[in-house]
Amino acid sequence: MAKRVGMEVALAVAEAVGQCNIDMAAVYPITPQSHIGEHLSDLVADGKIDAEFVTVESEHSAISAIIGASGTGARVYTATSSQGLMLMHEILPIASAMRLPLVMGIANRAVSGPLNILNDHSDIMPQRDCGWISLFVENGQEAIDLSIQSFKIAEHKDVNLPICVNIDGFQLTHMVEPVEFPDQELVNKFLPPRESFATLHPSKPVTMGAFAMSDYFTEILKAKNEALKSSKKIILEVWEEWAKMFGRTYKPVETYKADDAELLVLTMGSMGETAEMAIDELQAQGASVGLVKLRLWRPFPFAEIKEVLMKAKRVLVTDRAVSFGGPGGPVCGEVKAALYNESHKPVIYSSIIGLGGRDVTVADFTGMINRVIKGEANVDTYEFWGVRE
Amino acid sequence: MNIVENFDLFAPRLINKKELLSAGHRACQGCGEVLAVRLMCKALGENTVIASATGCMEIISSMYPTTAWEVPWIHVAFENAAAVASGVEAGLKALRRKGKIDDREIKVVGMAGDGGTMDIGLQALSGAMERGHNMLFVCFDNEAYMNTGIQRSSGTPMGASTTTAPAGKVSMGQKTWKKNVTEIMVAHNVPYVATACPSYPLDFINKVEKAKKVKGPAYIHCFSVCPTGWRSPSHLTIALGRLAVETGIFPLYEVENGKYKLSSEMPRKLKPITDYYKTQGRFRHLSEDEIKMIQSRVNKEHKKLLNKVDCLEAWD
Repeated sequence: MAKRVGMEVALAVAEAVGQCNIDMAAVYPITPQSHIGEHLSDLVADGKIDAEFVTVESEHSAISAIIGASGTGARVYTATSSQGLMLMHEILPIASAMRLPLVMGIANRAVSGPLNILNDHSDIMPQRDCGWISLFVENGQEAIDLSIQSFKIAEHKDVNLPICVNIDGFQLTHMVEPVEFPDQELVNKFLPPRESFATLHPSKPVTMGAFAMSDYFTEILKAKNEALKSSKKIILEVWEEWAKMFGRTYKPVETYKADDAELLVLTMGSMGETAEMAIDELQAQGASVGLVKLRLWRPFPFAEIKEVLMKAKRVLVTDRAVSFGGPGGPVCGEVKAALYNESHKPVIYSSIIGLGGRDVTVADFTGMINRVIKGEANVDTYEFWGVRE
Repeated sequence: MNIVENFDLFAPRLINKKELLSAGHRACQGCGEVLAVRLMCKALGENTVIASATGCMEIISSMYPTTAWEVPWIHVAFENAAAVASGVEAGLKALRRKGKIDDREIKVVGMAGDGGTMDIGLQALSGAMERGHNMLFVCFDNEAYMNTGIQRSSGTPMGASTTTAPAGKVSMGQKTWKKNVTEIMVAHNVPYVATACPSYPLDFINKVEKAKKVKGPAYIHCFSVCPTGWRSPSHLTIALGRLAVETGIFPLYEVENGKYKLSSEMPRKLKPITDYYKTQGRFRHLSEDEIKMIQSRVNKEHKKLLNKVDCLEAWD
């Protein structure tokens, strides 16, 4: 029987990864990720999991080392945050081109400068086009569930791509939440051992990471693109299986009291639960508002997002990152692109909020929503919410 | 009898006949580096996994969809060969312990050029050596960024002309002394460190075999003549490697558990460095005074090495 416990989310993530029979992990310390790596090394030190824990000298070497280990057929994990993720950036598209099923936890944190250790999404956004599957969680339970599911998705024979689970730094990683760990026996059933297409072993020598010029490069990138796009089918299958086995359902785009709402607010990550309270409050006052929560960032769920948003007259997209001098928040840019070819589409507003750990409260959401309702929000450009000017 | 001079007689009996880096790769004529890699593979044998840095050896051997590698081989990026190798080692170790792969010794080898070892890859190398992985790292040092077009590195010798430290009216070319990464590896207290050169194939092979037997990190710094970058005739590759050793510019030695030992190929009396310089375009511009200044440094460095050979003892 699954037990319900109170645990810090970062530790819970490490526990969940420990349930996945990993062979190797390489993690470099960075706030607010560090507790994941620390707890994982605890599990190894106590003999609770049989894995090599490599104490690399940088995040660049962390991602490089797990690529090497994954090449041997090992099940691997790393976790990082902010500057660490930026340091890994060079290697991320190589990992996906090599079609290695790496799993990475990201304790999302603002990117310098100025130096800041608190949450926003400016670390993951520059990694958007690296060919990784990218998921967002809203609470500790989701962080556990998606961490386990990630191995199954990444290692699926039709996927073979790296995957990252975005867990808002501090807001989630450092919260003690009631969480439930799935039974180990069920996890073993859900997640069979990794079967690799090819491995670095002398019994059958292979060349990995070859050099390709213009005669093959485009074809290899197209193959990666196809793999990433079609991974959605596998993600949906895995979520369906998870729902059957563990009773918790996941969707690429989730909604909260969104039926027939004229104005929809869109969030990604831990802000969703705060936004729910704002929706409750505004609906009680008679406003026609609802909430849409984006879970699957890559591959972007175009069909699902259209289906939900096309019913509304107005959409307010919130972003915890800035595309400087660009179309607004990165999420808003994708949402607009998804709806562009539709003839009767909602008006879209873009709000940048919660940068560098600035608190996002229920009042912030009601404030932003009321501004849109009253017609005061600027539709021509993106706005920084709650900024001192 | 000199083994090297009677190489044809001895080679078939002393050297693994199997080619693990096959012919048909794209290296330049007279490439000392690819010869060294080929010999290294022979010494390592089939139970080897190689992690290579970006560079000449990577692009000449792995042009998709072809490959010259007959051993498992992985390339990820420029600066991280040592980190990738350490991951391969950790992965194989865990899989073997857990019975997921067959139970045999597999040597993991990281390899890079001087740039990928001494400059951009130094951090990853230091980390991997410090962590004590059971791996060998080999630096194939051709003394500049040859793959990108002969730019200077910290491995470029004083006075050499390169495309980013060219000789000019007011410059002698490289203005810094070659970084001594071999000594940096010795300072990591790894069990086995050696210098080698494919102009002495049996010495090189012996060193690789020794490094292979080490249970822990080992490092070999392999001098690799580059006719393209050094502007030297391609048929002189072997001779130039020998002259680098005979002039004391690149001494051959081993450091086993901290104990220094000169290789038997080292001459008692060094030749003047001009013997080595005269066929290389990269040194052509040097004045007599500049050569004198470099000669004096080579002499001092050699004396320093001899002192270490005499004085330092093994820790084990």
